[in-house]
Amino acid sequence: MAALDSKQYIIAYLNNQPFGIDIKYIDNIIVLQSITRVPKAQSYFKGVINLRGEIVPVMSLRNRLELPEVEYTPKARIIIVRPELQSAPVGIIVDEVKEVITLESSAIEKMNYDESDIKGSFSIGVGKYGSELINLLNIPVVIVDKEVVS
Amino acid sequence: MDVSQYLEIFIEEAKEHLQNLNEHLLVLEREPENENTINEIFRAAHSLKGMSGTMGYKRMQHLTHDMENVFSEIRNGKMKVSSNLVDVLFKGLDALEAYLTNIQTEANEGEDDNEDIITALNDILNAGLGIVSEQGSGASAAVQAAEIKPVAAEAKSDHGKMKFLDVKIEEHEKKAMVKAGTVGLNVVGLTVYIQEYCVLKGARAFMVNRALEEFGEIIKLNPSAQDLEDEKYDFEYSAFMITKETPDKLAKLAANVSEVKEVVADYYKLSEDDVVAFSKQINQEEVKAVQVQASEAVSLKSGSVAAAAKQPVKPVANRSVRVDIEKLDVLMNLVSELIIAKNGLVSISDSNDTTLDNSFHEQIEYLERVTTNLHESVMKTRMVPIESVVNRFPRMIRDLSKKLDKEMELYMTGEETELDRTVIDEIGDPLMHLLRNAADHGLESNAERAKKGKNPVGSIYLDAYQDGNNVVIEVRDDGAGINTERIKLKAIEKGKISEEQAARMTDKDIIDILFQPSFSTAETVTDVSGRGVGLDVVKTKIEALGGEIEAKTKLDEGSNFIIRLPLTLAIIQALMVIIGDEKYALPLGSIQTVEDILSTEVKDIQGKEVINLRGNVVPIVRLSKILGCKKPEKEPEELLVVIVKKGERLAGMVVDELIGQQEIVIKSIGKYIKNHKIISGATILGNGEVALILDVNSLV
Repeated sequence: MAALDSKQYIIAYLNNQPFGIDIKYIDNIIVLQSITRVPKAQSYFKGVINLRGEIVPVMSLRNRLELPEVEYTPKARIIIVRPELQSAPVGIIVDEVKEVITLESSAIEKMNYDESDIKGSFSIGVGKYGSELINLLNIPVVIVDKEVVS
Repeated sequence: MDVSQYLEIFIEEAKEHLQNLNEHLLVLEREPENENTINEIFRAAHSLKGMSGTMGYKRMQHLTHDMENVFSEIRNGKMKVSSNLVDVLFKGLDALEAYLTNIQTEANEGEDDNEDIITALNDILNAGLGIVSEQGSGASAAVQAAEIKPVAAEAKSDHGKMKFLDVKIEEHEKKAMVKAGTVGLNVVGLTVYIQEYCVLKGARAFMVNRALEEFGEIIKLNPSAQDLEDEKYDFEYSAFMITKETPDKLAKLAANVSEVKEVVADYYKLSEDDVVAFSKQINQEEVKAVQVQASEAVSLKSGSVAAAAKQPVKPVANRSVRVDIEKLDVLMNLVSELIIAKNGLVSISDSNDTTLDNSFHEQIEYLERVTTNLHESVMKTRMVPIESVVNRFPRMIRDLSKKLDKEMELYMTGEETELDRTVIDEIGDPLMHLLRNAADHGLESNAERAKKGKNPVGSIYLDAYQDGNNVVIEVRDDGAGINTERIKLKAIEKGKISEEQAARMTDKDIIDILFQPSFSTAETVTDVSGRGVGLDVVKTKIEALGGEIEAKTKLDEGSNFIIRLPLTLAIIQALMVIIGDEKYALPLGSIQTVEDILSTEVKDIQGKEVINLRGNVVPIVRLSKILGCKKPEKEPEELLVVIVKKGERLAGMVVDELIGQQEIVIKSIGKYIKNHKIISGATILGNGEVALILDVNSLV
């Protein structure tokens, strides 16, 4: 029964803050590897990587969420996500990946945000896990730059 | 019966038959007497009728049936081919094509009965037959009346079983019989009775006929060979043979085939009148020309029995397998992976590692050869001759010629040139646009041409050929050419350029205006073209395929549109270079040369950097600036310049270092990342790194 009203999230850290990503989006988590810069791309796209023969664009989540950029440590990971089931994969660089947690829907607080604020729309809510508050990311909005795709 | 599983095959084959009919009808219009063509048409129409009937498409079957009737009368020489007739037949083909499209999209043939076409066909049929019977009313009608009687009288003894005596013999068959008599051969009539319990009547008849054919030529079957094959007969049929053997021997021979009940045979004699009439005719023909005789024999053969004609004319069957294009895509992807893996091994073997011995290097080289060949073969499986696209154009030009009331001819070469299947699917519309343009705007009216001292009949050429890694398709006409002055005026009028700009523009720049959206110089908009949506659409489409288009024109001599398309879309040869500290791939196809240029030789002309390359002024492009790469500490004394060519134009790309030539697999970098048009994709290098592919053409 728990499966019906609970979801699993992967907890990633950025700037020592926890962020939750619904595991249904996640394909894979890999260690940082060499990234080929793509000239003229959006600043938050670091470039492209070779993921077992596939070219995958990689973005810095710090940059996308307008957090300060830092040197990546060996703990840094690339989370490979697919914003939709059949869509091409995209990599998201985070400082660290900690654990997988299960949240009951009752533990998720929907947030009201200003529609015009893009950063606000990146979040689908806040999850309460023990004493921690976890920002749950709205992956499709984070990945898809409306201007570019349309 | 559930026929859905055959639907795909039906559609494919029906398309082939329709194309076949289109092509042969065009030939027939030009050579109304060509018997091979008529036979081919008849056969295609017949198969189409059978197929659509089997699949339960009644309307399609009905229309094909009526068309087949007309073909059949033409084949029997009872009707003449007229332009009017061909028009109606083409309309019929279009209607059949419409049915087929409907079947393809909605799985049913639709509601249109095309009554008007069927009526027109029947009218022609009735009118045509009426004329012929009037013409023939003189001598031959009398012959027809007296046809059977004298023979019947002779063979009265066994007339009951000799059913072949009741069979009506056609004119050309009589001629063949008389001819056989002149060279000392017998004409034998047979009636074959098959056992009533026989299950496969069609096959039995076939076996009997085959046995008989060893001893002569069957010139007529009643019912026809096709009907026999389809078992459309009751347990007896008649055959007429030209042979050296006696009737008794043939009867015995045929009776030897199992499940044959009885065979009766006798010499078949034509009436005296017929013999005299046809011998005279034959003699006349022999006097006319000796070599005609040979072809006459052939045509007699093909005209007599469908079965006899079928074997020699039918082309050797293609040994082929239909493969889903998606499966080929998967195969191509796997080959790409293999090439990446091979590149990885190559880069290890190049790394001067002393622990690797010679045999390792040998094996790597072997692997390299094999993968290159494998890639080529897989690519070839995806290649289709452009014939499948261009073969509908002669028909289109014919229709246009009538519609525009201009006489014109289309000459095509290089139909066998092959292109990737995905390109083939897309290239049809642009080519059609260009041909329509040539027919409508390019060619002058016949009177105007005559006035200019040109051949009144306009010519349009479609030439395809392979040029290095490209396939070139040229659409050329010998018409009026493009009036650049008029384009200038029009462009100024439409506010696209200013007058000062116009004054400075070269002819080439002006022609390029034609490719801009909504620009048409045609004074009147016609059905065919002139709405100004043509050339820019053509250009976009061709560029989407990775190709390019340019136009050349000379006033009063004609215009030439040249399309260049890449041979393959997936794997190319590239020159790997280093710019800043990054690796990039430049497609080898557009590279002319690589030059060392002293930095002092770079001149600044109106803010543009140019070099003088063997007398040509070539603009140079600092790739590192455009790509935002790291700058070297100080300007080097010598620049490495890769000279690329786009059409007639040259440009020099400054790079920092050359790595070498490599076979690369083109991969997309996806839709999420904002993509400058200079980056056409990415590729994976041997060491697993990603390098971007630069579309240098976009910078020229």
